[in-house]
Amino acid sequence: MRFETLEQLADICLKENKTIAEVMLEDQAKETGVPAEDVFRQMAEYYQVMKEAVRKGLTGNTKSRSGLTGGDAKKVADYMRQGDTSLGEPSAMAMAYALAVSEVNASMGRIIATPTAGSCGIIPGVFVSSQERFGWEDDKLVRGLFTAGAIGYVIANNASISGAEGGCQAEVGSAIGMAAGAMVELRGGSPRQAVHAVGLAMKNCLGLICDPVAGLVEIPCIVRNGLGAVTALAAADMALAGVGSVIPADEVIGVMLEVGSAMPSKHRETGKGGLAATPTGRRLTRELVEQRRRKAKEAKETKQPPSDTP
Amino acid sequence: MRFKHVFSIIGPSMVGPSSSHTAGAVRIGRVARQLLGCQPEKVEATLYGSFAETYWGHGTDLALTAGLLNFDTDDERIPEADIEAEKAGMSIEWVQGKGNGPHPNSVKLKLWAGERKAEMVAASIGGGTIAVYALNGFDVQMTGEYPTIAVTHTDSRGVIADLTGLLSREGVNIGYMDVDRKGRSEAAMTVFELDSAPAPSVLEEMARLPHILEVTMIDLTQRS
Repeated sequence: MRFETLEQLADICLKENKTIAEVMLEDQAKETGVPAEDVFRQMAEYYQVMKEAVRKGLTGNTKSRSGLTGGDAKKVADYMRQGDTSLGEPSAMAMAYALAVSEVNASMGRIIATPTAGSCGIIPGVFVSSQERFGWEDDKLVRGLFTAGAIGYVIANNASISGAEGGCQAEVGSAIGMAAGAMVELRGGSPRQAVHAVGLAMKNCLGLICDPVAGLVEIPCIVRNGLGAVTALAAADMALAGVGSVIPADEVIGVMLEVGSAMPSKHRETGKGGLAATPTGRRLTRELVEQRRRKAKEAKETKQPPSDTP
Repeated sequence: MRFKHVFSIIGPSMVGPSSSHTAGAVRIGRVARQLLGCQPEKVEATLYGSFAETYWGHGTDLALTAGLLNFDTDDERIPEADIEAEKAGMSIEWVQGKGNGPHPNSVKLKLWAGERKAEMVAASIGGGTIAVYALNGFDVQMTGEYPTIAVTHTDSRGVIADLTGLLSREGVNIGYMDVDRKGRSEAAMTVFELDSAPAPSVLEEMARLPHILEVTMIDLTQRS
């Protein structure tokens, strides 16, 4: 790739009069030796998986194997239809869709890691709801995925996209930054404005720890995806309104690395600190262990018939 | 650059809930199945560390089972892999390993099918990426990111030169290779990670080289 920072990416766009999506698609084709139309087709397939996950999360059964989560997306969608959300319909819809995809993930449905499975709801939540709202063609959203991918590429290589390495800020935080920047470009904002949106969004996620109850990608991951979609829309609006990130986005990414590196291991996807270590978090973990033992025992008993049978 | 292209950020397409505990586990199962070379009938899976602690909620057991059936990471049959395994005549025994193994997310798999037997130790190291530490008792490493050939042979002068010479003549570039032997002049294994998958005829020719006992192709880059 020709860029390592968002600053360099925006400069290339300005110099060549291209969008972030165009630069990413070109560079991807060059880097991997795969023709641009094939690269585009693969991303288009991914977008269909995202749309299908939204649909499944709103209509199907999303009860997770642990039984801890499922069905929240439907609750939000139903509430939204009553027409009195505090948030307003577009944001509430993005929130419902993001919850839907994360619930599909938790219930072993098919998703696209964006950038990870734990943060897979935010980008589809923002993209699919905006597509419905503005009547955009699929191809426009596919281009948006290249914008999001370029931003994620810079974050991943300069900081992290792994909760085990850098906490939830690296997963959900990165996804919010990617969605915010992409949304700016989708709405016709400049590459520079898109980069500001990344900075604005990520500033609001710094320090977020990864503390899943029982180590599962459920509590609080799903809710953080829902709320993350709303933050992404808000950051995009701020940037489109002309608000800049005074601390440049690349420097914010540097802070994410600094904070992530200093984070104790109990707050980095071990299920040993934060919400996982609360009295309720511990109780749920204990109950799951007991449930697992019981099921394992049942399975053993049904598999081994009494020895006196022929 | 740790992340090399856009699909390492947007992607993979996978069945949830966890890229490390689910998608990575599917890939580990697939490597083991391809190492055996056919559908296993019996499997013993020993889970270590976080795999052993959280396998139930993450569906790591189903994911490994799916991989042993040669399913891809986004196969929607993964949640019912236990039922599919029964249909395929594969029984799996789950064993709780002691300690962490070579990595907090690791598994040791032993597979049987008729006279055939295979064994491997591997870990899921994040984002669906895996690391294999041992194949059939040989300490050789591979990632599953590339078309890979595992060659069992006798430890003998010139064997590696013959193997690399053949690949070179066929225009196949070696990205990484690893060798381990049980002892001097005893059984050995050489693993090649390749930039492109060689034609089946190349593998056949390889199997006919002197001192070669077995040639196995492991390729997760092809959809199952």
